[in-house]
Amino acid sequence: MISRVSSRSPELLEAGLTRRSEANWLAIELSGAWITETVAAREQDMTDLVNSQDIRSSQHVVLDLSDVEALDTAGAWVVERTANGLRDRGFQVEVAGAEGARKELLDVVAKTSQPEAVPPGMRGLGGLVERLGRGTVELGRDARDLLSFLGLCIVATGRSLLHPKRLRIVSLVNQIDQVGFRALPIVGLLAFLIGVVVSYQGAGQLARFGAQIFTVNLLGVSVLREMGILITAIIVAGRSGSAFTAQIGTMKVNQEVDAMRTIGLDPVEILVLPRILALVLVLPLLTVYANFMALLGGAVMAMAQLDIDPNQFISQLHDAVSVGSFWVGIIKAPVFAFVIALVGCFEGLRVGGDAESVGRQTTRAVVEAIFLVIVLDAFFSIFFTLIGV
Amino acid sequence: MSETAISVRGLETRFGTNVVHENLDLDVYREEVLGLVGGSGTGKSVLLNTIVGLRQPDAGHIEVLGQDMATGDAKTRAALRRRWGVLFQDGALFSSLTVLQNIEVPLRFHTKISPALRQELAAVKLSLAGLPPDAGPKYPGELSGGMRKRAGLARALALDPDILFLDEPTAGLDPIGAASFDSLIGDLRASLGLTVVMVTHDLDSLYAICDRVAVLVDRRVKVGTIEELVREPDPWIREYFGGPRGRQAGQAHDRT
Repeated sequence: MISRVSSRSPELLEAGLTRRSEANWLAIELSGAWITETVAAREQDMTDLVNSQDIRSSQHVVLDLSDVEALDTAGAWVVERTANGLRDRGFQVEVAGAEGARKELLDVVAKTSQPEAVPPGMRGLGGLVERLGRGTVELGRDARDLLSFLGLCIVATGRSLLHPKRLRIVSLVNQIDQVGFRALPIVGLLAFLIGVVVSYQGAGQLARFGAQIFTVNLLGVSVLREMGILITAIIVAGRSGSAFTAQIGTMKVNQEVDAMRTIGLDPVEILVLPRILALVLVLPLLTVYANFMALLGGAVMAMAQLDIDPNQFISQLHDAVSVGSFWVGIIKAPVFAFVIALVGCFEGLRVGGDAESVGRQTTRAVVEAIFLVIVLDAFFSIFFTLIGV
Repeated sequence: MSETAISVRGLETRFGTNVVHENLDLDVYREEVLGLVGGSGTGKSVLLNTIVGLRQPDAGHIEVLGQDMATGDAKTRAALRRRWGVLFQDGALFSSLTVLQNIEVPLRFHTKISPALRQELAAVKLSLAGLPPDAGPKYPGELSGGMRKRAGLARALALDPDILFLDEPTAGLDPIGAASFDSLIGDLRASLGLTVVMVTHDLDSLYAICDRVAVLVDRRVKVGTIEELVREPDPWIREYFGGPRGRQAGQAHDRT
């Protein structure tokens, strides 16, 4: 019923346009195929026509479609917008030569509505201030939400302590396996390499003063107090914090979290607590392991580069660090673990309805967790300096 | 009506040892609405995916608009893809783009139309699909299921296709929404001259807009008008059209 060429091959077809001007009318004759593939070539001509200055006001404009072989909505819309443009300039416009299905198509297209132009947002300085304001308000809101989630978790923890039977042991063990045991290879390898690097760089600098042996002190103090825990926390934030967000977020998208609530289960108790608890238990252990691996890496490097034998290394290390240094590092681990798991679960529960927000929240979780870990580490440093540890 | 838009010959589809289609023949004529029905797991969506080239057939030929998908070169295949639109079950809109940007995607990649005209055309399609203009700047996540389907339809119509493939267009819509979607498809077919292939479970849709129905039974299709299919001896088809829901849909259709 529609007059459309049966085997449309865009290479062979194009949209034709001729213009015939008489005393009191102007005929725009369209020919060929006016379809999606071909109208682009004629778009400029039609725009020029609308703006053309040589149409006399007495002229009656006729858009003649009788020679058009194929017309689709794109073509029909171009005809329609041209006619509208000319009408807006005060001309009498008539669309001729369209019958039956084509007339119907033109009518359908004419009835569609164009959106009103959206006023553009503020630009320049105003826009900057606006964005800054919005960002600040949002940041405040995020901080408040995180704080309220922290409260929720503490209440849930308290409840679990009162009723230890409600704690989900299977889930906890599973999480310990996921975030702890399976993280051993990557944490170990990276800690070992960090030890190698610190030892190598330290030896290079200290050799200038003939104090190579103090490389061991440098290694011991930096690894035990800072490097071991920081590296472990950052790896775990990237590896497990993101996994928490992705797991909980996917469940949120699938409405599993909603299903839990309707059954009367508390998602914080079921999903969040085992993860937080697992990470708080595991991160100190991972840190001890990372410390050991970093010292091992440093020792290997020291032996290779400085000709220090293992006994010497151990006795030097013994003099350099105290049990206090070890505790200064380890004491931070549960705090960092708590923050990483809290942020990961919080961002997971904030996932909205669509799959895209899982990715967005996961990125946020990792960035926020690493940010908070480093900020807290700075606070710890200040605190330890003040109390003179 | 006699001109063939899609012809499937001897199609075979296997998943491991599970044979889904065997020696399946199907013809779809131009400007008809063909409904594709079948029990769960009979491979309706698989057949649709195979026709649009998302899945390679294990055997057999598929010709769409006279071109063989398997033998054609990349250019013919690309040209063919421009001539059909696919509406997936939940719209399958790109979630990082607004509705209007979604509709513009095919236009942007397949034509040289200027951005201004492209935006206007996208608004035309949005309106054709029965969405209000203020839905255009929204993101898919902000729309209801029914609106997402309409937006998906608008994107499928972006290049003015000859053939429209619909995968369960009325699933998950309320009866009023489903009926208006049916009449929308009917109207578009009439004004744009579309050939429509729709996978559906909705008996009302079948009665309302389908010219013919293809039923997937025993790894093949039985095609006919509903009147013809009702007389089929096959037990599944009898149950489908003669069961309580089938009878109700038929009676409802007869009354109108």
